[in-house]
Amino acid sequence: MKPPPFEYHAPTSVEEACALLGSLDDAKVLAGGQSLVPLLNFRLARPAHLVDINRIPGLARIYERDGGVAVQALARQADVEDSQLVTRMCPLLSAAVRLVAHRVIRNRGTVCGSLAHADPASELPAILLALGGHVVAHSTRGDRTIPAADLFTSVFQTALAHDEVLVEAWFPPSPKESAIVEESRRHGDFALAGAVRAADRLALFGVAATPVLADPKNPTGGLQPSGDLEASPEFRLHLVQVLTERLFAA
Amino acid sequence: MKVNGVVHPAPADSRRLLSDHLRHDLALTGTHVGCEHGVCGCCTVLFDGAPVRSCLMLAVQAEGHEVTTIEGLAAPGAPLHPVQQAFHECHGLQCGFCTPGFVMSVVGLLRVHPNPTPEQVDEGISGNLCRCTGYASIRRAVRRASELSKK
Repeated sequence: MKPPPFEYHAPTSVEEACALLGSLDDAKVLAGGQSLVPLLNFRLARPAHLVDINRIPGLARIYERDGGVAVQALARQADVEDSQLVTRMCPLLSAAVRLVAHRVIRNRGTVCGSLAHADPASELPAILLALGGHVVAHSTRGDRTIPAADLFTSVFQTALAHDEVLVEAWFPPSPKESAIVEESRRHGDFALAGAVRAADRLALFGVAATPVLADPKNPTGGLQPSGDLEASPEFRLHLVQVLTERLFAA
Repeated sequence: MKVNGVVHPAPADSRRLLSDHLRHDLALTGTHVGCEHGVCGCCTVLFDGAPVRSCLMLAVQAEGHEVTTIEGLAAPGAPLHPVQQAFHECHGLQCGFCTPGFVMSVVGLLRVHPNPTPEQVDEGISGNLCRCTGYASIRRAVRRASELSKK
């Protein structure tokens, strides 16, 4: 399997990356590449241009901002996993990132990349939604803050414009009563269904086109999950019920 | 890019995967290619010291970085690397196809956790697939590698 042909760009500043994205037709941002490169290898994605942001210096910080944790675009998931600051301020994020694939993948994969990729079965978008966090999108027009509730629009679709780079994600501190649970076939696989609790808020993933907020007392209300070889819609609804009960049992 | 301590130019073709570059352009065929979408772990190499999937990186991305492959762990004729020695002693392989990936993952695991708990061992090797051993001997090999690394 070989990626289809593309033109490769390696900007060394966010401004340059945004200018490239604004001027090129059909360009994709390459960060950790742990979702994009498999899609290229399978030729499920055939972008004409790849804008590799890995050469941009000073874009890998994890730092305290506005009482929460800010994670920049090139901070690897493994760095977030090992971050004392994240463990102290947002242990829910520490717990969630450990459920993302395997350590070797997390050595390269980024938190911001997972958010921009917006896989409906991914843990990190659900965490951002449950906590009420936001992302910062940069373009030649400047910075724009997008709340989690507005970011995820459909399967693999976000509110990011084609010339915007998701430069930072901001996670509020996780409340004492918070946890993430999921059910997957094997450790590291995508979840068949998952649930996140942040105090009295409940977010579900793997059961709709985007992560969704739900009522802890009636978590399956209005849900119409899809079925596939691994789980029927009914089984996914069952999992949502069981996982929610587990989260709110204490 | 530096591969096993030797400087090489990056390939001209930007869509060349790092795994293919190592195997086809540099003849470092110890890095195996299984699934080519990041699931099997056979192609794991060290990138600036941390294990990564070489099939999920473009070779041009390694420009200016250090890559270590299975060939770089021990020179020909030199004693085996402790992780290689442990896999040898504990029969941590049968057909050997997955072994380079396992060894590189375990080298990375022991750098982060020199004395891994059983849970950390399982977590550390969970991203690599082996269809022969059933993993029991690989788990033993990881514990043995931890002992050998301290000698």
